[in-house]
Amino acid sequence: MLQFLQLVASGIAQGCIYGLIALGFVLIYKATETINFAQGDLMMLGGFLGLTGTLALGLPFWAAFAAALLVMLFFGMALERVVLRPLLGQPAFTVVMVTIGVGYLARGLVTMIPEWGTDTHVLPVPYKDQIVSLGGNGTEGGLIMSMEHVVVIAVTALLIVALYLLFKHTRIGIAMQATSQNQLAAFYMGIPVRRINMLVWGISAAVSACAGLLLAPITFVHANMGFIGLKAFPAAVVGGFGSIPGALVGGLIIGVVETLAGFYLPEGFKDIAAYIVVLVMLAVKPNGLFGENLRKKV
Amino acid sequence: MRFLFKTDYRQDLRLFKHGGQVFWYGALLLALAAAPWLLPDYWVSQLIFVCIYAIAGIGLMVLVGFTGQVSLGHAAFLAMGAYTEAYLQSHGWPFVLSLAFSALVAGATGIIVGLPALRVKGMYLAIATLAFGFIVEEGVARAESLTGGNAGKMLGSLEVFGLPIDSDQRFYYLVLFFLVLVVLGVMNLLRSPTGRAFVAIRDSEISAQSMGINLARYKTTAFALSAAIAGIAGALYAHKIRFLSPDQFTFLQSIELLMILVIGGVGSIYGAIFGAAFWIVVQQLIVLAKDWLPPAIGQQTGLQPTVFGLILVAFVLFEPMGLYGRWLKIRTFFQLFPFYRKGLFRRQKSYMKSERLK
Repeated sequence: MLQFLQLVASGIAQGCIYGLIALGFVLIYKATETINFAQGDLMMLGGFLGLTGTLALGLPFWAAFAAALLVMLFFGMALERVVLRPLLGQPAFTVVMVTIGVGYLARGLVTMIPEWGTDTHVLPVPYKDQIVSLGGNGTEGGLIMSMEHVVVIAVTALLIVALYLLFKHTRIGIAMQATSQNQLAAFYMGIPVRRINMLVWGISAAVSACAGLLLAPITFVHANMGFIGLKAFPAAVVGGFGSIPGALVGGLIIGVVETLAGFYLPEGFKDIAAYIVVLVMLAVKPNGLFGENLRKKV
Repeated sequence: MRFLFKTDYRQDLRLFKHGGQVFWYGALLLALAAAPWLLPDYWVSQLIFVCIYAIAGIGLMVLVGFTGQVSLGHAAFLAMGAYTEAYLQSHGWPFVLSLAFSALVAGATGIIVGLPALRVKGMYLAIATLAFGFIVEEGVARAESLTGGNAGKMLGSLEVFGLPIDSDQRFYYLVLFFLVLVVLGVMNLLRSPTGRAFVAIRDSEISAQSMGINLARYKTTAFALSAAIAGIAGALYAHKIRFLSPDQFTFLQSIELLMILVIGGVGSIYGAIFGAAFWIVVQQLIVLAKDWLPPAIGQQTGLQPTVFGLILVAFVLFEPMGLYGRWLKIRTFFQLFPFYRKGLFRRQKSYMKSERLK
């Protein structure tokens, strides 16, 4: 039983990462109805920025964390302005291809930057190798979690609350909601739709950078770490594309299922558990757990 | 400038629209047939890859370019074809039979993948195919008794009707034959009711449905055909490489196929062929450029993804019709000379089409 809980706990931590990346997809999907296939690569860039911040510039970890988020916010906005805006109104497939191209570009260019390269790096964090014990008496018999996992869960929770407040209680957040519901109507109401879209891309990039920085101590920072973003697609679908709480719940489900499958099922199932879950989900309930059930009418 | 006066309905259905086309395609075929004698061996080998990629690209084009269904897992069909071919060959099947069977197996897999397409659309379908691609990749690595797993599987030497295909020259003719066969087959398909139904589904599912097109049936057919063509490409690829391992059929391979289509031009058979040729040429150019560039850039492993990423983004932004569109523009320029207008091929700006209605 304890072992099961232990697995679930580490699955939740992993799921938070998927959830955060899925959140990035969902934000962009809600705003522009396109999928950003470079989300995982934005995450990778975030990880590398954190690396530069702590190692090359010597900033304390949390300062580097904030700086990386800020840089990625502007990077995401610039990306929207330069690459995505000329494609406004084009079919979703066009945007998918262009983001795939951006992903390739990011992965290739990162290996050319001298300090980054093709190596795997370790991001030094202040909470490395600490252990938290929950329940039980003292260190015996309780649920043991590494500090990295606890931080992942805590930061994710904080971020979700922050985003919730942003969307519910600020002018700009409400403008974003309006834009995502009906662009044309929002435009008529005087909402600067283009600038809102730009900001959404920025926030999405920052969220995935956050995922990258949280993941960095658990795995490593390297040019191909963005491929984990491919597992966030199932997370977003399971939660229902277009639902922010859904993205997180979907991520948690995928994370837990994956961890359990890795332990209880034969070797090899860990890597494809997420995809099996998403295929089952698409067959049973294509709109996902929290998806909006809307049919196009003639 | 050429004027085509149509006096007969059958003129619309002809494969060659006028005598000029017959002449030029004949000349192209002659040039391709003469290529192995004129070109060094290495180039012939690259031409083989162009042909194989073009076949796979045409397979994907049937799905993406003509039916409008996105697939992010096409490498899985290549893998199905390649491994079926390898397995059957090791069991002593003759090439013609085993190739047909490989296409059949890949096509059957295509039907299975096509099933979610009946319920889900757009990016949900893309994600379903992506999931399927990963599952096949993992399955291939695990089914060691059939595929040799991660250790890989070797293929024996190829023999067609008793004629050993032991040189690149001979294999080139074999591949060229299949490329021509697939091109003719798909061209025929497109002028048949089935092909027209595909295009109708691409342009608008709702109007296709109201014209009496059975979406489920035609989407499944498109998946099956596309997968079967990819299966042929996979089988030929297996004989070219002679060594199969699961890491040749990854997600990135599927993406590469899509990139070939976008660079070549989505929505025409030319697109797949142009894209495949461009892909191989650029790969070779990058290899050549490595010696010329300063080592700081030239020796980077990231050079190739960077170049391809850049090319893809540039094509989507500046030449959305791909290489074929560029060729069309150049041709029109000379045909209409001096009356070509700049805005002749301008992309129509549309308001964002929403799948969500409230």
